[in-house]
Amino acid sequence: MNVAAIENDFQQKIDKDLFIEPKDAMPDKYREHLIRQISQHAHSEVIGMQPEGNWINRAPSLRAKQILLAKIQDEAGHGLYLYSAAETLNISREELIAQLHSGKAKYSNIFNYPALTWADIGAIGWLVDGAAIVNQVSLQRTSYGPYARAMFRICKEESFHQRQGYEIMAHMMNGTAEQKEMAQDAMNRWWWPSLMMFGPHDSDSPNSGNAFKWKIKRKGNDELRQKFIDKTVQQAEVIGLTVPDPDLKWNDEKQCYDYGEIDWDEFNKVISGNGPCNKQRINHHIKYHNEGAWVREAALAYSQKIQPNAI
Amino acid sequence: MDTQLDLWEVFIQSKIGAHHVHAGSVHASDAQMALQNARDTYTRRNEGSSIWVVPSKFVVASTTNDAEMFFEPANDKIYRHPTFYVMPEGAKQI
Ligand SMILES: [Fe+2]
Ligand SMILES: [Fe+2]
Repeated sequence: MNVAAIENDFQQKIDKDLFIEPKDAMPDKYREHLIRQISQHAHSEVIGMQPEGNWINRAPSLRAKQILLAKIQDEAGHGLYLYSAAETLNISREELIAQLHSGKAKYSNIFNYPALTWADIGAIGWLVDGAAIVNQVSLQRTSYGPYARAMFRICKEESFHQRQGYEIMAHMMNGTAEQKEMAQDAMNRWWWPSLMMFGPHDSDSPNSGNAFKWKIKRKGNDELRQKFIDKTVQQAEVIGLTVPDPDLKWNDEKQCYDYGEIDWDEFNKVISGNGPCNKQRINHHIKYHNEGAWVREAALAYSQKIQPNAI
Repeated sequence: MDTQLDLWEVFIQSKIGAHHVHAGSVHASDAQMALQNARDTYTRRNEGSSIWVVPSKFVVASTTNDAEMFFEPANDKIYRHPTFYVMPEGAKQI
């Protein structure tokens, strides 16, 4: 088959809502797009462990510590599901990690912000995982089978993440004046970056045409962002938190919230490497990756010893 | 050279008596590590009662492109289904 015929065949499958599987013929651009998106997603899960990991030793109770550990361990698992999905596209794990270290592959911007207080752990679970869930639920119907299946598994695990974060916030809003202030401060710092997680306005994302045509993406950035805002505002109100947006207002006609302008200069500044923690996040990953090399080498040496003829 | 160890496919049996179903893959240097990694990665919430791990390179798969040719012979054998047969009126429990 020539390229045009393959692409035609492929598009017909997509139009029939059939999943694409690893050994199926697919356009190179589709494969590249998926590698970029899935690896970015995997790196986000892994780098996302850093701001939260920073609080394991300082969790305010044994219960909180156990929960946070379990939550972070889940994120490691999400990273692994997604790396596996990316690897089915003929790229090795070694290459994926090298791309993260060289900066060729990105991860979600949100993890370039620091977790300054315990309330940040609440805000991250509630807002950051909350925003991620909205995106991930829509990706359960993405056209690449291994990616969709990874999303399905991840979504099943995510709702505990959001609920544990919201519980922390609710708890603090029931506490002393200082604790309330701390919760509101975390809300103020995480709200806007959470909205930015959905990416630029659809009118400003010129490359999304193929993503829709190939059904990698099922819903637009703005639609997903709106969905997140509409369900989160009520949750904030219930526990007495103020959404830090003076323009936020219920629109009776459209049956959704109107919200203020997102600071895209800030977004671009962080994405181009100048956020508060960009260097720290990557350096940390590189350091522990390199320090772990002897463990992998020892494991390989051991497997050779117990099974000298292993293929 | 960096290594991320070998790729293994993971099959999980959700409860005793059920089939083992493919769950995903893990990296590991030997069988024992593959089993432990599979447990940590895919059964953190009691999803399994048993796990199989198989080196990915040993999996032989049919391809979707050949699916039509490969599975087509089953299409015209409708007599393999119970609904193909005409039962005499009034017969019960058959
Ligand atoms: Fe996650
Ligand atoms: Fe999460």
